[in-house]
Amino acid sequence: MMVLTVGSAIVALEAKEIVYGAIGLAGSLFGVAALFFLLDAPYVAVFQIAVYIGAVAVLILFTVMLVREEKWAKEAPATSLTKIAGIVTGLAITIALVAAAVDTNLGQYTTISNSATFVDIGQLISTGDAPILLVLALVLAASVVGALTLSRVERGEPK
Amino acid sequence: MIVSAMLFGIGVYGLVTKRNALRLLFAVEIMINAANLNFIAFGQYLPFEGSAQTALPNAFGQTFVLFSIALAAAEAAVILAIVVVAYRLHKDVDVSELKSLEG
Repeated sequence: MMVLTVGSAIVALEAKEIVYGAIGLAGSLFGVAALFFLLDAPYVAVFQIAVYIGAVAVLILFTVMLVREEKWAKEAPATSLTKIAGIVTGLAITIALVAAAVDTNLGQYTTISNSATFVDIGQLISTGDAPILLVLALVLAASVVGALTLSRVERGEPK
Repeated sequence: MIVSAMLFGIGVYGLVTKRNALRLLFAVEIMINAANLNFIAFGQYLPFEGSAQTALPNAFGQTFVLFSIALAAAEAAVILAIVVVAYRLHKDVDVSELKSLEG
């Protein structure tokens, strides 16, 4: 599962054709969903599959098709200096994060055996976090309206 | 957590190297997923206060990740709309070519 997730994340960024990149991203998101399942969070995993693979990946695929042109094929290759800088930065951050995770004393805590059920999540969302839920709904609505406004074709405007 | 760190590293690499707006979106999505994975993983360790009565186990991490996923979806929708508009105006989505954004 680790290999699937990390490998398709690399594919998503390095594939020559950007459509394959989008499919690689979907594979990576699916791997993350599977990891959620393994981590005793089935509700979040199903949510991840529904929202990310069902909506975001399809949205990205549609955009790729809309924006597609011959120019995509010859996407300007990154200069070797930027590439090396990127690899070094990524590796450094990875190593730092892994070292931080290993260095903690998390190992002495045991994982909680009874995982959260749907009821618990629902209770949390609908009681304590209800304001967050409302604000989030407003943000979603605003972003949808904004996206529609941005991509609207003006009538009479030559496309 | 190690997977999450690796994913985050890949995302940073993509953010540094790529110049294509859609690739940048991919990198950001990968980083968001790394963060979500970390939330879930830590949530498994979180000892909830008063969890002896097992009324509320560690639902906090999962709840937070639900909100985070919804936010990421909204963000992706807006970015994709911006990409479409930029393409319509410039016929190009290379971020270093969008000179008209310079002040």
